[in-house]
Amino acid sequence: MHAPPIPKPFDPMSVADDASPATATEPVIDIRNLSFYYGDFQALKDITLPLNRNEVTAFIGPSGCGKSTLLRVLNRIYDLYPRQRAEGEVVIDGRNILDARTDVNLLRARVGMVFQKPTPFPMSIYENIAFGIRLYEKLGKVEMDERIERALQRTSLWGEVKDKLRQSGISLSGGQQQRLCIARAIALNPEVLLLDEPTSALDPIATGRIEQLIEELKGDYTIVIVTHNMQQAARVSNRTAFLYMGELVEYGATAKIFTKPTKRQTEDYISGRFG
Amino acid sequence: MSAEFHEHIVKSFDEEMSRLTGEIAAMGELAVKQLEAAMDALGKRDSKAAQRVADNDDALDAQEHQISDDVLRLLALRQPMARDLREILAALRIASDIERIGDYAANVAKRSMTLNLSAPVPLVGALAPMARMAGRLVHESMLAYTAHDAELAHAVWERDADLDTLYTTLFRELLTYMMEDARSITACTHLLFIAKNIERIGDHATNIAENIWFVVRGEPLNEPRTKQDETLDT
Repeated sequence: MHAPPIPKPFDPMSVADDASPATATEPVIDIRNLSFYYGDFQALKDITLPLNRNEVTAFIGPSGCGKSTLLRVLNRIYDLYPRQRAEGEVVIDGRNILDARTDVNLLRARVGMVFQKPTPFPMSIYENIAFGIRLYEKLGKVEMDERIERALQRTSLWGEVKDKLRQSGISLSGGQQQRLCIARAIALNPEVLLLDEPTSALDPIATGRIEQLIEELKGDYTIVIVTHNMQQAARVSNRTAFLYMGELVEYGATAKIFTKPTKRQTEDYISGRFG
Repeated sequence: MSAEFHEHIVKSFDEEMSRLTGEIAAMGELAVKQLEAAMDALGKRDSKAAQRVADNDDALDAQEHQISDDVLRLLALRQPMARDLREILAALRIASDIERIGDYAANVAKRSMTLNLSAPVPLVGALAPMARMAGRLVHESMLAYTAHDAELAHAVWERDADLDTLYTTLFRELLTYMMEDARSITACTHLLFIAKNIERIGDHATNIAENIWFVVRGEPLNEPRTKQDETLDT
């Protein structure tokens, strides 16, 4: 007799087990020998890391490890502060965005960011999204309406807010506000979405919705998430980078990092044995 | 997941869970087929077919390996709770029961090849109904598993007693046969082992049933059960 074929191995995170940086997709962002300084303090030490297209990459590590700093370099938010500087390269589409000639406003449209606490503007739901679009594009009313509806549909908010687009964004619940912020970012058609602890102020159900949204969005965007919550990194990401004291300790497929990490330090951290 | 439960907010979790249950069900059906094929080869004295059954056991081992890998990932990456947690633990245990069922089926096939080296023994025919019953128990335990049907699982659990009764009967018959004709001892000993293998398959089906009960009800199935295997007193 012949047995039915063995079912194909399934991979919950649908990436190869050996996440050598070169696998599958080409990187959208290639971080090369990046160091970062707050004045004299070196917060990132010679980080080299690719961020792959249409994947979710999570940065994990204890407080002060540099994970948020690394995220902040990717759209040069740090430019807003004096005495902060980056060395090395962050290459997007063949160009080093750390170069002084980079147009940071365009960069921030291409690399959108969502913060820990929802940050809706004190204006209507509609204007929250329209405001950002107007900074970059001149759209007619019909086009603008369409763009806003699409962004709200994409973040599963449309059904909840379509009848109250003129109400203040601040009137929404925390989870809805956070989805509004994500809608605001994707309305600019970015390539990359940076999420800095996007659910740490939300309850578990709202967190679940954001996690489902991340899963849906990764088909169209490259997503980088910083999270204190290791379990969340395990749930939502394809690849995980573990940072400690400004150094990249380990980077690999999330399924591998959380079941069989290569480095002892990673194992100690993810299993709660640190220090 | 069964209809009575809502879907998870994160849809891919549901997909992974149903993939896991699908893998278990496929593995269970393969084990039943292995047993049927082994019995077929035994009845027809077909050593080639028996060899194929023995070789095919690797497929079940690979499936079990895959399932434990999936369970590991689900535990690490999804942090399952409540019924999800029971479901995933049960999948691990059930896969190991099915793997053992496959081992017994392969052992039946191997012993049938040894039996083919000597003259046919008439009692081989008595094994077939016993194997059919064991196969049905495994099959129905798989139905109960995919349907999350605790009642059906309970019925499987109870019916293992019938298999034990058949085993005891066959055990006595084989003993009598050996006493009557000492030349048949080698062949009858193999038949005895085959019968014991089939009886053990029934025990694993009851283990599976207990796990289904645990998934659905959240408590162990620990009613007293009359054991019908009386070969200890024979």
